[in-house]
Amino acid sequence: MKDVFSADLRRRLEALAAKYPAKSAALLPALHLVQAEAGFIGPAEEEAVAGLLGVTPLEVREVVTFYTMFRRTPAGRYHLQVCRNVTCSLLGADQILDYLRKKLGLAVGETSADGRFTLTTVECLGECEQAPCLMVNFDHYGNLTENRVDEILRELA
Amino acid sequence: MAEAKTFSRALGREGGWSIEAYLQAGGYRAARKALGEMTPAAVLDEVKKASLRGRGGAGFPAGLKWGFVPAKTDKPKYLCVNADEGEPGTFKDRYILGHDPHLLIEGALIASFAVGIHRAFVYIRGEYENIARRLEAAVAEAVERKFLGPDVFGSGFALDLQVHRGAGSYICGEETALLESLEGKRGHPRLKPPFPASVGLFGAPTVINNVETLANIPGIILHGAAWFTDQGLPTDGGTRLFGVSGAVARPGVYELPVGTPLRDIIFTHAGGMLPGRQLKAVIPGGLSAPVLRADEIDLPMCCDALVRAGSMLGSGAVIVIDDRTPILDVLLRVARFYAHESCGQCTPCRLGTNWIRKVVERMASGGGRPGDIDELARLASGIKGRTLCPMGDAAALPVLGLVQKFRSELEGATCRP
Repeated sequence: MKDVFSADLRRRLEALAAKYPAKSAALLPALHLVQAEAGFIGPAEEEAVAGLLGVTPLEVREVVTFYTMFRRTPAGRYHLQVCRNVTCSLLGADQILDYLRKKLGLAVGETSADGRFTLTTVECLGECEQAPCLMVNFDHYGNLTENRVDEILRELA
Repeated sequence: MAEAKTFSRALGREGGWSIEAYLQAGGYRAARKALGEMTPAAVLDEVKKASLRGRGGAGFPAGLKWGFVPAKTDKPKYLCVNADEGEPGTFKDRYILGHDPHLLIEGALIASFAVGIHRAFVYIRGEYENIARRLEAAVAEAVERKFLGPDVFGSGFALDLQVHRGAGSYICGEETALLESLEGKRGHPRLKPPFPASVGLFGAPTVINNVETLANIPGIILHGAAWFTDQGLPTDGGTRLFGVSGAVARPGVYELPVGTPLRDIIFTHAGGMLPGRQLKAVIPGGLSAPVLRADEIDLPMCCDALVRAGSMLGSGAVIVIDDRTPILDVLLRVARFYAHESCGQCTPCRLGTNWIRKVVERMASGGGRPGDIDELARLASGIKGRTLCPMGDAAALPVLGLVQKFRSELEGATCRP
């Protein structure tokens, strides 16, 4: 049977698991590594991670569905997450979100047909002094204006 | 005494996060002093005398917390650094982690020495991936110089420090949820007691401290407890990193003595309000802290004064709300946030936060009914004090605060005849 993981990923997962007093404690960072390679965490990935860390697939599913950063379906190449908490909203987060919706032609939660963009909202990103802010994959952008959003989208193109 | 500041020396200095820059600024001298010249008991005593209150939210004295860990145990002891920083409005730990990671590592090293810990984890929120990488690079630098590892400074003391990423969950900032998460499970808070000091990570005695709390330790050891309390208050020592955000001219992190008046933080340090805007309200300690009206900001920013004012200092995150922002909009964000973040374990919180959200969403979409505001107060009171962890109160108290302090505005906005 073909391994769900590449040889390199499996090696990194095993090294990760060995760093903890109990292998099962490596579950969250392991899922981050898996998601980085596979793009999402499906049933096959869940089962493979479970086998590697000595937990049940159900325990993996519990974790995957609890934490907002884990995805069970693929996202676009660029995942745009706009903060909707108090500080960002009082400095115009709704307008930024509206602008992105129009510009990308996406509703919140949708992925573009070409697979480039996914647009979602997110709770506080810890960048409140640069509100309004958003995160694209792991990169944070603050002090957003419509012009700044245009620039960011051009950089991603 | 600007030179006495614990943090500001590295904030905003490009490259200040490298070990060379940290050593040049006198870094790791405190850890050398602790490990080379002091006993663990003496370190613990100094931290107790410094009245260092936890910077994560609860304000519990750090020295007392360390003291609860049993000296004799057949289990390994653990240190968990809480770098989950999810309380909305809070971004100060990001500055320490990103600009001065060795300050945290040195603080963790001294804390571990004081409590007899040889294994430490930094639980960092997953959204801080880029900062986690910088922190890992700093850990590698420290290991390379034998400031971490099996034989720190050649003293024979061992400390292994590992960076661990969360994955997007506010509740994992709660200390027992953090432990569950670090063990590879859902972040469901545990019943206390037992407290983590006796039964913590993997069932072993565990110290959990916030990033900023530990970053204060090197200064206390180097300059002494009196130096620390002189900067702040006898019962609440030191400076704090106040993160000011919202409708102010200069949002940012300000290191100021504990006890600095809230008015000065907003109007002097953060430059006052944005042009053309008036102050309406302040959330003084992160989103969970009950709101203060504009006429309630003449108070010192310390744990006890904020409690007396019916709020809390929390994480020291000051969210400034202006007259153009409808309180109903603030209430909507608050309601959605806690409904989204409730872990679902306790019924009052799981159902209550969602009922509150539904009522507020209806009010916000023009469907407010007479009695809605009393209903919100009733629902919030039904959560408060009835959950395993403090998130129940964290969800209920800001709703109660907004409803009590801005009742007439909310009524005017939602119950038009």
